Amino acid sequence: MATATVAHHEAASHDHHDHEHHDNFITKYIFTQDHKMIGKQFLVTGIFWAIIGGFLSILFRLQLGFPDMNLEFLRPLLGGWIDESGKLDPTFYLALVTMHGTIMVFFVLTAGLSGTFSNFLIPLQIGARDMASGFMNMLSYWFFFLSSVIMFISLFIKTGPAGGGWVVYPPLSALEQAIPGSGLGMTLWLVAMTFFIASSLLGGINYITTVINLRTKGMSFSRLPLTIWAFFLTAVIGLLSFPVLFAAALLLVFDRSFGTSFYLSDIYVAGEALPNTGGSAVLYQHLFWFLGHPEVYIVLLPALGITSEVIATNSRKPIFGYKAMIISMLGITILSFIVWAHHMFVSGMNPFLGSIFMFLTLIIAVPSAVKVFNYLTTLWRGNLVFTPGMLFSIGLVSFFISGGLTGIFLGNSAIDIQLHDTYFVVAHFHLVMGSASFFGLMAGVYHWFPKMFGRMMDARLGYVHFWLTFTGVYLVFFPMHYIGIAGFPRRYYSWTNFEFSNMYTDLNMFVSVAAIITFAAQFIFLFNFFYSMYRGRKATLNPWRSNTLEWTTPLHPGHGNWPGEIPTVYRWPYDYSKPGAAEDFIPQTVPLSQTPESNLPHEQELVKMELEIMKDEEQVLVANESKH
Amino acid sequence: MYGFLIGVGVLLLLSIIWMVYRIQTLVSVVKGSDKKIATGSNKVNAILFVIFLLGTGFLMFWYSIKEFDNYQLPVASEHGVVTDNLFWVTMAVTGIVFLITHILLFIFPYKYQYREDRKASFYPDNNKLEVIWTAVPGVVLAVLVLTGWMAWSDITAPAPEKAHVVEIMGYQFAWEVRYPGKDNVLGDYDYRLITASNSHGIDFTDKNSLDDFPSPKVVIPKGEPVLFKIRARDVLHSVFAPHMRLKMDAVPGMPTRFWFVPTKTTEEMRAELNDPEFEYEIACTEICGRGHFSMKKVIEVVEPEAYQKWLAEQKSFIQQNPSLAENLPAETKELAEIQLSESKK
Repeated sequence: MATATVAHHEAASHDHHDHEHHDNFITKYIFTQDHKMIGKQFLVTGIFWAIIGGFLSILFRLQLGFPDMNLEFLRPLLGGWIDESGKLDPTFYLALVTMHGTIMVFFVLTAGLSGTFSNFLIPLQIGARDMASGFMNMLSYWFFFLSSVIMFISLFIKTGPAGGGWVVYPPLSALEQAIPGSGLGMTLWLVAMTFFIASSLLGGINYITTVINLRTKGMSFSRLPLTIWAFFLTAVIGLLSFPVLFAAALLLVFDRSFGTSFYLSDIYVAGEALPNTGGSAVLYQHLFWFLGHPEVYIVLLPALGITSEVIATNSRKPIFGYKAMIISMLGITILSFIVWAHHMFVSGMNPFLGSIFMFLTLIIAVPSAVKVFNYLTTLWRGNLVFTPGMLFSIGLVSFFISGGLTGIFLGNSAIDIQLHDTYFVVAHFHLVMGSASFFGLMAGVYHWFPKMFGRMMDARLGYVHFWLTFTGVYLVFFPMHYIGIAGFPRRYYSWTNFEFSNMYTDLNMFVSVAAIITFAAQFIFLFNFFYSMYRGRKATLNPWRSNTLEWTTPLHPGHGNWPGEIPTVYRWPYDYSKPGAAEDFIPQTVPLSQTPESNLPHEQELVKMELEIMKDEEQVLVANESKH
Repeated sequence: MYGFLIGVGVLLLLSIIWMVYRIQTLVSVVKGSDKKIATGSNKVNAILFVIFLLGTGFLMFWYSIKEFDNYQLPVASEHGVVTDNLFWVTMAVTGIVFLITHILLFIFPYKYQYREDRKASFYPDNNKLEVIWTAVPGVVLAVLVLTGWMAWSDITAPAPEKAHVVEIMGYQFAWEVRYPGKDNVLGDYDYRLITASNSHGIDFTDKNSLDDFPSPKVVIPKGEPVLFKIRARDVLHSVFAPHMRLKMDAVPGMPTRFWFVPTKTTEEMRAELNDPEFEYEIACTEICGRGHFSMKKVIEVVEPEAYQKWLAEQKSFIQQNPSLAENLPAETKELAEIQLSESKK
């Protein structure tokens, strides 16, 4: 213990010397190794992608809601993708849904959410000077940036971006003859995703190492804020599942470019029989969903972690069932790896496998249910302050319930026969994974903006943004359940070819209008974000009166986060409204020995031990001082 | 001109919003409300949650009831009745959970909104509660899964011996249908044999293929088991017959299958829906390219007698195109010729 402490302090004082020098523009804003700046880089890039991804969805919602509309006015932007009669090209429609999915899932909700908040919060909340490897962290962002550039370029090439759906199932994604997007567009997609995976792995290794090794004194795993638990488990999931996507992509590259037959077999396309035999298209689906399903939790867990923190802080109440929350996240982490084939009930795989995966899938609903009940109990008898972050967190819980419950239908293979690949699925995952994670991201931005930029975002604009978005999301995705139950298939350019789906033009129009309004409402946020960055009200040090460590740093923390010693942690992060305490919050840095009036019986016993440790600590400090 | 006017309008609107924003910021600074923990907006937000609950709750019930007959597709297969039941049972269970949790989620913000004179209750955990709400969903889900599993096992069990076989092959962007003929056995096929006149790639050296015949639509008898043998020629497709509650991917290189028992003829369904135009349809539900949204095939369900009659009238591939029988080995060619001469009688 003592040696560890000495080492710790030495490292700390070295750091202290290191960041004395002045950063120039390039090392401060571009090739920075400061986790806070890297987090902001991820955030701004994520916001950029969210605008693009959202805009693409507006384009195809125009087609679905107003199939007869003349889209000539989009020609300056889309050029040849608008045909002579002013209609959207059906191939480009598929490219739009593909890129919308890819961008939103990977670039916004993985990099933009996990990348931003894992980077920004892990060192601040566990009491570390920076990530374990600042250089790898920098590489992680720049691989992501490179990946972004390549994916962005693919939007503008002549044959269009990848168009086989965000899951890019072969043979469609392997055969240029089958769809033009499977040519150069698909190649760029694969290259971009390769860099993306590298970025995720570099980030993930860093997050895990940092959480395990760099926690400050007293910050045991049982005192970690739930945000950190969530980021930690997310990184573990990513580290284990992204390599499998890489393998799947690599085999696809071989099939596309080097004549192998991993996924291809017995294909006659464009008047020609291909030589490939013996491959299995279903193999790709297994590999893809081995990442694809954990990916759902990669985007969702950080949002749930952020929500736990924001809800506890603004309910002025400890999160209910801290341990149960951790256990359910652990359960979700493990189970997320063994449920993937519920995406494939009707793919032609052995129905026995379907039975197994149905059982496993419905087990994963249990920890999710526990989390919801715990959130509700946290709100119960709280003293709720509705900051914009809090509103978005409550919104997240609502989406998590609505979308989670429809998962029980889809996880049941017998019911899934009818619902698979209909709009019911679209409604389900846009609520539970898309909107819920997006709301987590928003909650995080509103809550930690003061720490990021030292200024407050405007709360009223935040309220307007929340209510428009919350209502808007429900008006967009709730009606899709009806359309899905009626059997409308996904990724359809138009539904008028079929009698069974030749209806609900009114409902689709309604959805499209709601989508446009919701998208427009995001510009309120954009204004608020960028305006407040420069002109917002100056923040106080701890504006939400929160317990966690990041609020003990200066208003504009430098590289190294704390100017002096890293604070020591004496308690868990959820001592809100403790009976007997004067204030309704006790930060983690307040020793138990200073709060005898509010200590619980078992904490009172810890006071003695704590005092001994503090005495040791002081001796080490004195020893260190004399060395200098 | 319109564009210009719209532009000016948008500009005006934005500047008004901007003014309102600045004014309210300044007012809040003057009032000092930015230093308070919870301002009047806290109450507004709390009330809005209740309004949201009532408003969306009303919309949901109103629309769900009003539109029920539209989104609830009539069902026309035996297993479809079972899966529909499961669907609605699950809907009832999840619906109750949905309502209770949402009522709590939106009432709590109103009830427990911030008051300076109150302190939140310090209630960090309760293991009994955790156990209860782990166990109860666990049991409920177990029941749902078990009923689902039983249905799934029945649906995916091997088809009965006497099932009528129909082959459905997907390609960009249509379906082709092949019947096995009198022997109820489909002939072999090989994708390398595909030509303009042999789009299925049927191997006519296999005797079983001689009586196979194509059909522009899927004709099946009511009340008897039907087995769809499904395959794809180029990329993934998926056979989706919404009224039959049937869906199965078509995979190149890996034949799949789905069997079911249709329960209503097309005529009966037309009468039931009072729609003389009604047809059962097959659509594609796996993204397959440009024409994904237009892969339509009609299913016609008829009475068993009518089905037998229809079967007898069909002409095999060879009968429709005798040139397919050229280049066949002597023995099969002879059989093919016998068939050809039969059809001429």
